[in-house]
Amino acid sequence: MPEVQELVKSLADKYGRKRENLLHILQGIVEQERYLSDVALTEVARELDMSAAQVYGTATFYTFLDTEPRGKYVIRICRTISCDMKGKNQIIQAIEDTLKIKLGETTQNKKFTLLETNCMGWCHEGPAMLINDQVYTNLSVDKAMDIVTDYVKNK
Amino acid sequence: MAKNIKLKIDGVDVQVEDGKTVLDAARAINVHIPTLCYHEDLCVAGNCRVCVVEVTGAKALVASCAMPATDGMDVLTNSLKVRAARKNIIELLLSEHNADCTMCYKNKKCELQDLASEYKTSGEQLFIDLVPLKDYTIDNFSPSIIKDDSKCIRCQRCVRTCEELQHVSALGVAYKGDKMKISTFFENPMYDVVCTNCGQCINRCPTGSLIERNYVDEVWDAIYDEKKHVVVQTAPATRVALGEDLGFEAGHVVTGKMVSALKRVGFDSVLDTDFSADLTIMEEGTELLTRLKKALVDKDPTVKLPMATSCSPGWIKFIEHTFPEYLDNLSTCKSPQQMFGALAKTYYAKKRDIDPADIVSVSIMPCTAKKFEADRPEMRSSGYKDVDYVLTTRELARMIKQAGLDFLSLPEENYDSIMGESTGAAVIFGATGGVMEAALRTAYEIVTGREVPFENLNITPVRGMDGVKEVTVKIEGTLPDWNFLEGAELKTVTAHGLTNAKYVMERVKSGEADYHFIEIMACPGGCIGGGGQPIPTNMEIRKKRTEAIYMEDTGKPIRKSHENPEVVAIYKEFLGEPLSHKSHELLHTHYKARQRY
Amino acid sequence: MTKNKLKRIDLIFHEDCECRQVLEKTFSRSNDEIINDILESGLKGRGGAGFPTGLKWKFTAEQPADERFVICNADEGEPGTFKDREILFKVPSKVFSGMAVCAKVIGAKKGYIYLRGEYRFLLPELQKALGAFHRDIKDLIDFEIIIQMGSGAYICGEESALFESMEGKRGEPRNKPPYPTISGFKDKPTVINNVETLVYAFMICKHGPLSFKELGTSDSRGSKVFSVSGDTPIAGIYELELGMSLEHFVEEFGDGDTKAVQVGGAAGFCVPRKKLKETIIGFEGVPTGGSMKVFNSSRSMYNVLHNYLEFFEEESCGQCTPCRVGCQQLLKGIEAVKKGEKKAIYLDQLLKLSETMKLASKCGLGQSVANSFSSIVDNFREEMIY
Repeated sequence: MPEVQELVKSLADKYGRKRENLLHILQGIVEQERYLSDVALTEVARELDMSAAQVYGTATFYTFLDTEPRGKYVIRICRTISCDMKGKNQIIQAIEDTLKIKLGETTQNKKFTLLETNCMGWCHEGPAMLINDQVYTNLSVDKAMDIVTDYVKNK
Repeated sequence: MAKNIKLKIDGVDVQVEDGKTVLDAARAINVHIPTLCYHEDLCVAGNCRVCVVEVTGAKALVASCAMPATDGMDVLTNSLKVRAARKNIIELLLSEHNADCTMCYKNKKCELQDLASEYKTSGEQLFIDLVPLKDYTIDNFSPSIIKDDSKCIRCQRCVRTCEELQHVSALGVAYKGDKMKISTFFENPMYDVVCTNCGQCINRCPTGSLIERNYVDEVWDAIYDEKKHVVVQTAPATRVALGEDLGFEAGHVVTGKMVSALKRVGFDSVLDTDFSADLTIMEEGTELLTRLKKALVDKDPTVKLPMATSCSPGWIKFIEHTFPEYLDNLSTCKSPQQMFGALAKTYYAKKRDIDPADIVSVSIMPCTAKKFEADRPEMRSSGYKDVDYVLTTRELARMIKQAGLDFLSLPEENYDSIMGESTGAAVIFGATGGVMEAALRTAYEIVTGREVPFENLNITPVRGMDGVKEVTVKIEGTLPDWNFLEGAELKTVTAHGLTNAKYVMERVKSGEADYHFIEIMACPGGCIGGGGQPIPTNMEIRKKRTEAIYMEDTGKPIRKSHENPEVVAIYKEFLGEPLSHKSHELLHTHYKARQRY
Repeated sequence: MTKNKLKRIDLIFHEDCECRQVLEKTFSRSNDEIINDILESGLKGRGGAGFPTGLKWKFTAEQPADERFVICNADEGEPGTFKDREILFKVPSKVFSGMAVCAKVIGAKKGYIYLRGEYRFLLPELQKALGAFHRDIKDLIDFEIIIQMGSGAYICGEESALFESMEGKRGEPRNKPPYPTISGFKDKPTVINNVETLVYAFMICKHGPLSFKELGTSDSRGSKVFSVSGDTPIAGIYELELGMSLEHFVEEFGDGDTKAVQVGGAAGFCVPRKKLKETIIGFEGVPTGGSMKVFNSSRSMYNVLHNYLEFFEEESCGQCTPCRVGCQQLLKGIEAVKKGEKKAIYLDQLLKLSETMKLASKCGLGQSVANSFSSIVDNFREEMIY
């Protein structure tokens, strides 16, 4: 059995196989795989005995449940008003330059994906970004580049 | 008894039962509130907001379809606020809708277009066009259904249909915000997912976003082709619904006019699927009795019971996906359409001395899944594609209009021969319970030599709109050959709509039910409620069509399949006997398992 | 009635919890007594809508059912709001305790905290605190709290969308009625309160309704936690008495060059400088879930509105027409006016559209888009055009 199917099965064992467990399972897959492949979602449908279209429909509703391949580290820059006012565009530019990708893209080595996201709740300490679940606030161009460079080198 | 609610709508007092909505109350006094996402067959969504009304005292407007009527409510359905909002909402829907009306298959049959003509008084487009001009795809891979997202107004009727009525959920709602769309799994083509092609979504789509793949032009081309001999067969349920698209009220039987129209349209031979329905009963009834015998007398452990009908191609695809382990429980009989097709290019061709290569076989069906069925690789036992083109009832109505015929004043004519003769037992195939009733009429008589013990042959317990109908028939006074069935209780169940089918199959699977014979029709009400039938279709209309079907049955001189003279003849001249080698070659088939997820 | 100075309160964050003692004391009283205290205090929901908390609890308690739930809405997604994060970070046991009081009153055995996905980093500490809390109250009440994570969807802060999400579905708001007090999570009677509301309910249990009621105005009792951001030298989280005038707020928090304040986030109202004096922060004036965003004269209000509309266009659940299409039209509309593709009077058409969205949308999201749209367009019309 392919790895992701094993993963889905173990998540279903852990959380249960009812509809109300669906989000937990999807979140669990994303935590491991960073995105939801068609193989993964098919397996979820099978385990929960749900229509695959409904699993897909539910997954695509949620911004953090990506159905496109993502890098090991997903960088999400807050785009909402305070972070915008504090210069999130420069931060994005700096990270684009550092990683040699554009917003929405994933690096060739599948290590990083750069995305924007809606208000993360750090308006008083913007600009802010998430790298996976980790929050970074009060970003400056230098600070953002240091953080990302550290990920490039050390993780 | 339910408590009564008193409210006022546009100043008029109205009383409704507790639990009714404001929309119900308005309809009770013939106040028209426009709706889009609302459909009688489906649960309330309250999404489109076209039906908003003003309730005195409430800050916001409310969706009348979703708002329970309460005592003392004072409702305005056409106030300044309501009109302004409703007009705005229609404008919004138009702005995301690809309004290429003159090129649209649903032109003049579109609920959004109707609303636009009611509410749009200026010719200008109010809002910015949101339809992406190039960046959308039309899913036209399926032989049955075409899905065009550019015309979708996201009312979700199709999604609710697929989930609630059919328990298939091939369609779902995906993404959110401006990206929200109606989608299959990973936006795969309808052809590649668990879609059963039943077409119930098409029947409920208010716009041209979901339509049948139409073959009208191909059929015209065949008719115009001098070298081709074009035969047409008409399914039982078409004759009680076609009139609705051509000026008749629902529930009108138009068999004679339909035959007359088909002849004038130019078909070379106008024949009847009812003939092969009778033939199906002979084959399927015998198959059932044979299975019972093998199981009860020979104790053959490989015999699969219960046996399930196989007339409904939506049901076939459903079982292939959902209960593949029960495929051997399906009767091996092809559907009447396909039996007819196989015979048209063999028996008929021989009798009429026509090269089967020159025969174009067309069928008029209440069904979109029949298009897929005709395309199946299994359906080429004549050596050719057994049925070349399948048209829905709606497509036939279109052809009749194109031919310039005044349907209302057409004379009534009879089917051609051969393969045009039928019985009342065949006509009722069009309604849920019909195959069961027809099979019982024949099988009981084969086994006992007597007519089935129901007044006027009307096996009423299998009729009607209950989703699942369990009926047990006790067999008494058997003929010597069938002694093993003496005193046996034949347990049957009849279900329509795939949600009910799933329920029945799960009971079979769990062992809760020990049926011998199962009739399943994919569509609610059976074929009279098929996905290819005139729009709208709802409970009231389904009931009227059903009444018409049974009226047609009662009026037939012969009402038992085994007494159809053309059926008797074909066994004598061509097939030999039911389940003969020839029958197996032409009239039977097997299906294969498909992916469920 | 206007309070004329800004009063900082120090209730929520800087006091020892003593949760166990307070719960013991509270649980020794009858449910009616507790509900009456909450009612008496005048506490209204702190998420923004402002429904009286006591009534919510009372209705849910009175609804016959075999099971009831209390849910803490920690899907804090309103742009400019971040106080719930701070509360959950600093004083989680007060939140749990508020839930426990509610659970006793309504007879719930299970409570849930729906935590937005962006706050997942809080989870380890929160789980630890929750474990301690469960051990602490085990002998007091049969009540378990479960933390459920969101996955990035603003609309899930809408209570019925939150239930849908908890049930493993798309977070699409339901038709109302029925309201959650009758049919909420799993169609059972449910109290759903904002994080802050639950803490205040608990504080009322601790100090009694009178000390709470003393603060604020007759329509807006008590204090509230504000998330202050934008062009302010002292961005952060502040607990302030309700009923202050916006002018006093700006005196304290502005940078001396304040042009406008957005009260209540993207779904709230934009108050221009000239209206600061007459604007009261509270349910009689401009209500807020806590977001106070200050703009100085360097800011383009077109950019602000554009940013909000981009947010709504994406975060609408998409099911109802006015919100799904309306948000797109407002955004495309102001872009077209700005570019000169549409004449300035098109703004009036858009204002009418926003009114339709307010009247005819299915839920609060679509209904509140008009707040920021009309208040920004009305007050800064020239900035939309030139």
